[in-house]
This record gives sequence, C-alpha cells and structure tokens, in this order.
Amino acid sequence: MICILGSNGCGKTTLMKCMNRLHELKDGAVYINGENIKTMDQRTVARNIGYIPQGHVSTFAFSVFDVVLMGRTPHLDYLDSPGKEDKLITEEALKKFGIYHLKNKPYTSLSGGEQQLVFFARVIAQQPQILLLDEPTSHLDFGNQLKTLNIISKLSQEGIAIVMTSHYPDHAFISANKVALMKDQGFLGIDTPNNIITTENMERVYGIHVKIMEISPNRKICVPIEIIK
Amino acid sequence: MSTEGNSIQRFFSDSEGKKWLLNFVLIALPIILFFVSFMIGRYPLSPFEVVTTIIAKFIPSIHVSATAATIVWDIRLPRIMAAVLVGAALAVAGAAFQGTFKNPLVSPDILGVSSGAGFGAAIAILLLGIPLITQISAFAWGLIAVSITYFVARSIRNSEILVMVLSGMAIASFFTALISLCKYTADPYSKLPQIVYWLMGSLASVTNAQVLMVSIPIIVGISILLILRWRLNVLAMGDEESKSLGVETNKLRFIIIVCCTLITAAAVSISGIIGWVGLIIPHISRMLVGPDHKRLLPATICLGATFLLLMDNISRTVLSIEVPIGILTAIIGAPFFLYLLRRGYNQWT
Repeated sequence: MICILGSNGCGKTTLMKCMNRLHELKDGAVYINGENIKTMDQRTVARNIGYIPQGHVSTFAFSVFDVVLMGRTPHLDYLDSPGKEDKLITEEALKKFGIYHLKNKPYTSLSGGEQQLVFFARVIAQQPQILLLDEPTSHLDFGNQLKTLNIISKLSQEGIAIVMTSHYPDHAFISANKVALMKDQGFLGIDTPNNIITTENMERVYGIHVKIMEISPNRKICVPIEIIK
Repeated sequence: MSTEGNSIQRFFSDSEGKKWLLNFVLIALPIILFFVSFMIGRYPLSPFEVVTTIIAKFIPSIHVSATAATIVWDIRLPRIMAAVLVGAALAVAGAAFQGTFKNPLVSPDILGVSSGAGFGAAIAILLLGIPLITQISAFAWGLIAVSITYFVARSIRNSEILVMVLSGMAIASFFTALISLCKYTADPYSKLPQIVYWLMGSLASVTNAQVLMVSIPIIVGISILLILRWRLNVLAMGDEESKSLGVETNKLRFIIIVCCTLITAAAVSISGIIGWVGLIIPHISRMLVGPDHKRLLPATICLGATFLLLMDNISRTVLSIEVPIGILTAIIGAPFFLYLLRRGYNQWT
C-alpha cells in the first residue's frame, strides 16, 4: 500500500489518471505484470485496475444496487447486461461494507460517508488487483476518515495493491507501507513512512515547519506548526 | 416537497407486484389507445366496425363497407402508426441523449438535428415542393447538421460533453437562420405557408409508404439503444468513471449519437418539428421507473407513443380545423410538466 503525498498541483491526480489510462502518456509506460497497459483495451485495464475518483458529481438517482452493479461492467461482453452471477457478486460487495440495507435507495440521497462506501463496494465488485484511490478521505468527517483508512488497510491485507493520494501525512502513518513524496511534478523519494516523513522533507514539500511526534510505540503524528518565512 | 417525487417512484418499486403492475399499465396504455384511435374522428367507427375491418383484410370472405376500409387502412392507420413511431422515437432519443450527455435538460435536437431537418424541408419546399423529396431532404439535412456538430466539436476538443452541446447550439442557430432565409425568400402565397406549416409539425398528410420508410431507421436505432442500455447507465455516471469501468466512452457516445440522430431525423422528416416530447417524456418516465435505462428506455417508448397518439387524436378531433400537433404538445405538455415538477421535484434533476 503506497501513499502519495505532495502539495496541491504537484501532479498526484494526473499521475493516478496516467496509471489508469484516463490520460494517454506522452512518454514512458505503465506495466501490469510486465504488460504495457497501452496495448490493452479499456476493459482489460479496468479488470486489473479499480479507481475511485476524487469528487463524484451525480446527475441521475441510480439505486445503490445499480451503482455497485456497474462495477461488473469490465467483466461483461460489449453488448451484455449484468447477469445472475454479477448480481450475486454485487450483493456480496454490499454486505461486505454493511450497506446491503440501502440497496434500493437512490445513492444521491446518502450521506458522504455512505456514498464513499458505495464506491468502495463498486470497486470491490470490479475485482481488480490494483486499487487507485484519489484522496479517498477528502470529503469525509473526522470519524469517517479513520473508518475509510481502516477499510483500505483491510483491503490491502486481502492482497489488493493499493495506491492512494492524500493531503495528510498522518494518514500515511496510519495505513501506508510506503510513501512516495512528490514535488514539482517529480518524486522526492519513495520509502517507508518513518524514513521519509521527516521534518526536513515536510518543509521542502509543503513550505511549513512541522513537528513529528511519537504518540505510542508504533504510531507517529505530524503536526503543522508555522509557515516558513 | 423534496421527497414527494421520490414517493411516486418508491410507490411503484417497493414491491415486485407493483413493479409488474406498472409495467403492465405502461405496455397496455399505447395498445388500448392504438385501437381506440381507429374509432374516433370526423367519421366515428364502432369497435365492432374497426375489428371487422381489420379482420376483413386477412379473411376476404367477410364483408365490410368500402368507406370503413378506406378510413381504417388509408386514413387512420398511417396517422396512428406515425404518431406511435414519432412519439416513441423522440422520447427514447431524448432519454438516451440525457444519459449520454449526463444532463437532464438535453432534448434530442440538442446537436442540431431538428434545425437541420427544418432547413432541409424548407429548401426542398422552396425549390421543388414534392412531398417525398421534402421528406428525404429533411432526413438528410438532419444528419448533415449533426455530423457538422460532431466533427467541429471533436476538432475543438476530444468530444468533451460541454463543447459538444455548445457546438450543437451554434449549429442549430445557424440552421435556424437558414430556415428564416428560406422563409424570407419564399413566395408568401404558395411556398411560405407550406414551410411554416411543416415547421409547426403535423401528421395530417402522412401516408403508409412514408411510415414504412421511416420505420426502418427508427426501429434499427431503438434496437441498438436497447442493446446498449447497460452501458448507457455507466456512461451516465460521467466519462472518467465509465472509462475506469472499462467503457470506451468516445466510441460508445459516437454510436449513441448516430442512433439517436437516425431516429430523430427519421421522425422529424415525416412529422415536422414536434418539440417537447423528447424532453418531457424521459422525465415523466424517470419519475415512474427510475433512471436505470433497462426500464427507462422501454418506459419512454410506451409513454412517448401514448402521449403523441393522444395529442394527435386531440389535434384531429377537438376543433373543426386541425390544430398542428407541434403546437398542442407544447400547449398541453408544458403546463402538465410544470404540474408534475411541482408535485414531485426531487434528485433526478
């Protein structure tokens, strides 16, 4: 589980969209198990990579069930609609995230936290090997942020490779094995959270003084102190 | 207020039984109205007369009056079939476009098909005045207008939704200006009334041959849309999300635009410009069955056919002169739609 940290506009989201082929690469390549995604069709990419974008703009009030069922799309033939097995997988995914009782509700009527669970259920119904999460905690309240991070940790223990972006070094401490630090459209480095989230690096990336403290043996926090003049 | 509209949909979806009841009503409505439409008109026919006239076509030994046969087969049948086809076509194209462009305010003529067709008809009336040529010209110019919109939009920015819709509006107003030009130069005593009458929309002079001709593109287009119903759902969630779910959005949108344009251009070519059906029917259908295109598309087909058939029946019976149906759909449709909006405004918009 890799967490990408970096300031606004440093290219985190762009990088993520390149990994998912939402943007075509001008240079370089993305490989899944040694295969260039440029040579795959969109369906094959989607069978391997699941993606939860940052902000979702809703237009039509699809039911929670239908939204999660959409996760099965890359497994269908071009002209097919989801069948019985897809519906079973969808129900499993709904139960996994404890939102089965909401399945007939319009997803637009749910709270932000519940909507996030719907998108998690959808991406799990998609059964990818790799999961890209673009700031999965950005619209959530204090409690739901931690709940989401827990879900992410659990999914990574189940063997899904996860790449997520975040604005909070704390979130990297909580859930990430590795942290990639970005500045000016490039990487400063990739290492374990403890090694790379240092006062020095945080100053370089965010331009602020921070204090990093150990609050319990395995748990560090990063607190902003003041702006560097 | 905000949940009331939902309650319409919830009322019909909270049990399987009610769902089937709704499906049954949606299918039964156009069928019943279809038969009733044969009976009403300036020369009323009894249900018995209608049935025997229809059966007599296949069993020649049954005798019916020649007048009834002419009325049923040559006068009312093409008109009724045209209303059913055009209503279903405009409504289903509207629903598919609203999903494709992720915008519930879109109607089938958003990419310029109606204005293009209007121009095609106007110029054909101006130069020749042969009904068949007018129909073909309307159909062809409808396709041309949308093609221009599509390729202009693509050349500006890789078929982004907003650019596409804005290009459509520009092309539509361009063709509207050309229509005005045709009207301006048309002979005010012979050609101008024909053009104006065509633009107002009417099914009065439709023939069986015309109906047969346009039924092919309409049925093919609707069939393809029905096959793509699931992908239409995914597309309605937005481009990035549907791409990440494995949908090739540009290709899919192109196919849907082609289908909707064929359907709409074919419909408009026999009916003239009938506004409002393509906007209002998808909304009413969504209120009833929800946004899932698997149920939404069939619902719009049934309701679109019913609505336009009803409007056409009114247009040919209520007053002693024919009221152009394009006028009626707006005069009756607009207040009705506002009434529904007041009763049940909710998240689907």
